[in-house]
Amino acid sequence: MQIPYTVEQRPDTGLYNAKLGVWLFLASEVMLFGALFSALILLRTGATTWPHGYEVLNVPLATMNTMVLITSSVSMVMSWAALRLGDFGRYRKWMGLTFVLGLVFMVIKSIEYAAKFEHHLYPSHDNFMATYFTLTGLHGLHVLGGMIVIGYLLGPGSKMWKSEPERFTNRVEVVGLYWHFVDLVWIFLFPTLYLL
Amino acid sequence: MSGHSVEEIRKETRVYVLVFVALAVLTLVTVGVSYLHLSFGAAVALALFIASIKGTLVAAFFMHLISERKLVVAVLVLTAIFFVALMLLPLGGYVDRLR
Repeated sequence: MQIPYTVEQRPDTGLYNAKLGVWLFLASEVMLFGALFSALILLRTGATTWPHGYEVLNVPLATMNTMVLITSSVSMVMSWAALRLGDFGRYRKWMGLTFVLGLVFMVIKSIEYAAKFEHHLYPSHDNFMATYFTLTGLHGLHVLGGMIVIGYLLGPGSKMWKSEPERFTNRVEVVGLYWHFVDLVWIFLFPTLYLL
Repeated sequence: MSGHSVEEIRKETRVYVLVFVALAVLTLVTVGVSYLHLSFGAAVALALFIASIKGTLVAAFFMHLISERKLVVAVLVLTAIFFVALMLLPLGGYVDRLR
């Protein structure tokens, strides 16, 4: 059976199904990260002492990671624009760059984690480290999840471009929405954890 | 392909580059401000203000919310209400401690 409304808009929503689906998913993601941010506020306002992020964490590395993620967001949106222009070759270049930047983000993050473990700073150390590892760990898992889908759309999933180009373009748009959300979460995580 | 002309899509890509530059500059501003060692309240307010501008740029242009359907905006408004409620929950604990 054909999946309905993968390309054309549903008359009642005015959207193709995957787009509404991803926005509803992102709404649930807002609540997931929101709950953890709320826990951070509760722990921080209730604590007698709480370290400044910049005293414990590596700000230059995190700044670099912020730049990496912002760049990956623009490369993602460029890959979608390339498909809308019918330029598959350019799509592959931009999407490939997005994947590489995701990888760079994860490598920098693991360097940061390794340095913490070297100094025996584990989630069990204190509430600050527990919050830091939970929030950045969950965010890192989201980056990893995005990279898997990006890898699929660069590899076997890209065959769809030949048979159903519009549906493939919509898939890239939906993954892009997810990727930009992951970037958006980091935009708030970075100052909250590292700079305050 | 997407109902937009080639020229419109090319114009959009130029906007994406401008947004990228703005995000990069604002990131450097965020880091720079943290070296000013402001009072905690001022530092939080300023950091969240800059992050909100960056978040708005990403949502409006990269996630193209600026031209999105009303249904998506409605879903997000509902989410925002619940999100704000979630952020205010710790306030209950704070008030409780004051008693």
